[in-house]
Amino acid sequence: MDEILEILEKDARVTPEEIARMTRKKVSDVKKKIKQYEKDGVILKYKAVINREIVKVRNEEVRALIEVNLVPQKDLGFDKIAERIYAFPEVSSCFLVSGTYDLLLIVKGRDIHTVSRFVSEKLSPMENVRGVVTHFMLKKYKEDGVMLKQKEEDRRIAISY
Amino acid sequence: MKNYISKTVDAMKPSGIRAFFDLVLGMKDVISLGVGEPDFVTPWEIREAGITSLEQGFTSYTSNKGLLKLRLAINHYLKNTFGITYSPDDQILVTVGVSEGVDLALRAIMNPGDKILIPMPSYVSYGPMTELAGGIPVYIDTRKDNFKLTPANLKRHIDHKTKGIILNYPANPTGVSYTKKELEQLKKILIGHKILCITDEIYCDLTYDFKHTAFPSLPGAKEYTLYLNGFSKSFAMTGWRVGYACGPKEIIAAMTKIHQYTIMCVPITSQMAACEGLHSSHQSVEDMKREYKRRREFVIGQLNKIGLKCHMPQGAFYAFPSVKKTGMNGLTFAQKLLSEQKVAVVPGTAFGDEYTDNIRISYATGFEKLKEALRRMEEFVNKHKN
Repeated sequence: MDEILEILEKDARVTPEEIARMTRKKVSDVKKKIKQYEKDGVILKYKAVINREIVKVRNEEVRALIEVNLVPQKDLGFDKIAERIYAFPEVSSCFLVSGTYDLLLIVKGRDIHTVSRFVSEKLSPMENVRGVVTHFMLKKYKEDGVMLKQKEEDRRIAISY
Repeated sequence: MKNYISKTVDAMKPSGIRAFFDLVLGMKDVISLGVGEPDFVTPWEIREAGITSLEQGFTSYTSNKGLLKLRLAINHYLKNTFGITYSPDDQILVTVGVSEGVDLALRAIMNPGDKILIPMPSYVSYGPMTELAGGIPVYIDTRKDNFKLTPANLKRHIDHKTKGIILNYPANPTGVSYTKKELEQLKKILIGHKILCITDEIYCDLTYDFKHTAFPSLPGAKEYTLYLNGFSKSFAMTGWRVGYACGPKEIIAAMTKIHQYTIMCVPITSQMAACEGLHSSHQSVEDMKREYKRRREFVIGQLNKIGLKCHMPQGAFYAFPSVKKTGMNGLTFAQKLLSEQKVAVVPGTAFGDEYTDNIRISYATGFEKLKEALRRMEEFVNKHKN
C-alpha cells in the first residue's frame, strides 16, 4: 500500500506538509495524490474513533451482529440482495462470509426495540432471506485495531542514556 | 566514617549532568525527547510468551550460557540475517543486555595498561567500564567527520598498547552508521594490528538507508570480533534485560567464567520471551522500523529548518544537532528549553566532554508529541536568535 495511505489510515490528521517531510516527497505531489485518492473513492472519509465505553451518551445506541442466510438469485449471486440489505441506514457494516451463513451485518439502533423491529419487520420478511440470527453486543473491547481502554501512559523514565 | 570506597571507584568522575537529569525527573508535564529506549511496548506475542512461561512454571535457573533453544534461535537469526554462524555450544553467551556483554568482554581481556579505542561521542558506559576493568580508554574525536570514524583518524590513535576497540553502529547518540565499504576499510587497519573489535550492534535492525553489515560477516573479521547484540531496541524489550555475545570460543569461555560467578544466568522469563521474539516478531520489528524512519525524516527536516544543523543519521532513533547558532552551549540550551518550553533533551556533554555544541534528541516518541516538541523548540530558537 502507498505510504501516504498507510500514514493517513493511522492518523488522518497528519497534514500533507508533514507527510511530504516524512516521505521525502513534494508537498504538491502529496496533495495531488490525496485528492486523487479521494476522487477515486480510495479514501472515502475521515473520522474520529470514539470510545463509547467512556462517553456515556444519553440514548446510547445498541449494536447487534446479525447472521443472515440467503437464497442466491440466478445470475446475480448475492450482490443484488446484499445491496438491498445494506442500503438500510440501520446497517453500519455488511460482509459476505464463508461458513454456515452468508451475510454478516452490524446493525445499530437507538435501543434494543429499534433493532428488533428492524430485524422482524424489515430484514426477516425480505424475499431471499432464509433466516437470521441476532447477537446483541454487550461490550466492545477493540475496534479496527484500536483497543478501547484508557490511553496507556508513558511508563518510561523521562530521561535516560 | 572510614572511607570504604575503592580508589578506582572514587576516582571515577560523576556524570556532569546528573543535576540536569534530576531537574527533568522532578518536573511534571514535560515532553521528553531524552529517552534512550523505544516508545513502543514489547509486542504482545512476546509479552504473552513471558506470561505463559510463568504459568507453566518456568521459574528456575538456566544454563550459565543461557537456554539452549535461545542460543539456537540466535544462531539461526544471525545466519539468516547477516550470513554469520556461531556454535550455540561454545560461541554464544546470553547476557543481561549488551551492558553486561561490554563489561564481561573488557574484564575478560584487559591487563593493566592495555588501551581500548572508543570513537566519540559514545554511549556513556564504555569509558568507565574500561577503567573499571583496569584498562585505559583512548577517546577518538570524530567531530570533523560528521561523527564518523575514518580510517585516517583510526590509524592516528593506534599504538602497541592498543588491545581493542568498541565500535557501536548505528550509534548512540549520533545515529551514525557505516556502509559495508566503510567497514571494510576500518577492518583492514584493525585486523592488520590484531586489534579485537568489540562491536555493539544493538541498533542493527534500525538501519534506514542501507542494509546493516554485521562486522564479523566481513571476510576474515570473525576471529577478531566480539559481536554484541540484544533484544532491547529491535524488539522494544529494554526492561527485560536480554542481550548476547558471540565470538571466538576462548573469549566466550573467559567471559562465561566471570558471568557464572557474578550473574549466574539471565532471568528465565526474559529468555523465554526473547525466544518468542526471534521466532515470530519480524513483522512487528519491521513495522516499528518504518515508523521510526518516517519520524527521522520529519525530525531532521524540522531541525535543519529551525536552524539547528543536523546531519542525517542512518540508524537508531537519535539525532545529534548542533545548537551553536543560538549562542548557547548544549547544557544551557537544554536547561533553558526545559524551563521555558518544558521540552527535555540530553546535552551533548553527557556523551563526551568536547560535545558542548550539541544536544541529543530521541525520536522514540509518538508523532503528536514529537510535532509539539519541535514546535516549541522552534519558538524557543526564534526567541533566542541573536
